[in-house]
Amino acid sequence: MTGFKRHRRSGTSVATFTVFEADLLRSLAAQLIELLRNESAIAPVESDPLERLLDFTGPTTEPEDPVLARFFPTAYPDDEESAGEFRRFTESALREGKAGAASTVIDTLEEAGLPPEPEDGLFIDVELDDAAAMTWMRSFTDMRLAIATRLGVEEGDEDYWATVPDDDPRAQVHDIYDWLGYLQETLVRSAH
Amino acid sequence: MHNGGVSTSPVELEEPEVDDVTQLASPWVTIVWNDPVNLMSYVTFVFQKYFGYGKQKAEKLMMEVHVDGRSVVSTGSREEMERDVQALHGFGLWATMQKSDAPG
Repeated sequence: MTGFKRHRRSGTSVATFTVFEADLLRSLAAQLIELLRNESAIAPVESDPLERLLDFTGPTTEPEDPVLARFFPTAYPDDEESAGEFRRFTESALREGKAGAASTVIDTLEEAGLPPEPEDGLFIDVELDDAAAMTWMRSFTDMRLAIATRLGVEEGDEDYWATVPDDDPRAQVHDIYDWLGYLQETLVRSAH
Repeated sequence: MHNGGVSTSPVELEEPEVDDVTQLASPWVTIVWNDPVNLMSYVTFVFQKYFGYGKQKAEKLMMEVHVDGRSVVSTGSREEMERDVQALHGFGLWATMQKSDAPG
């Protein structure tokens, strides 16, 4: 596990993943895409049927899934109507943006040689220019927000996680969360 | 690129009510709230990349978020702040907007 480094000559951010690390990243990115496209961004049933059929815009209420609620926070905390309008006009585009970033991560890994089924002994070299680095950072953030929401991560709870036994699945997921944080930190440092 | 609410208009206004006009034109703020997930380095990086803020200003705002729990990161018209909030949600930051004179 080495994280990202700055390539001196090209100015890009480079990292080498084991095939299993790369496969894990692909799997997390695929789960993000599924989540973002699953609970579809449809306006709630409130208007008349004709109006509803002709309304292609977006939802006006907070998503039920806590991860999606964290991805798309209420923009106007004290103004429900404005918050609904904001959501209607932004949430679909935000969902597409996040799903698109996750797709880019998958495409980059596969173009770098990640096979459909991981084979032991293979390494995946990734090279990101500044724009790609920003896209990866956004997707690492989404993966970390999703995992943290599912685990119930709180400010300053590192001591608690250190006491969770290794055979607890939550400890294993928290290790992945920490690893993503390490990748994110090294990527930010290596980028412009 | 977004200029962080700083007017760069070269047009000289002859009317004496410039301050009133400025105030009316910028009555909204974007607020970023602390969360337990986002890295300090990443939040600083986003403030630099998206707003075009210098490293010092970006770090100062990030520390306000981290220590005080929230920080006003941009000021402008309602439309500008909606754009900023949407962009910050795209970066995974917890952002909201309100009128600049609103309590809280």
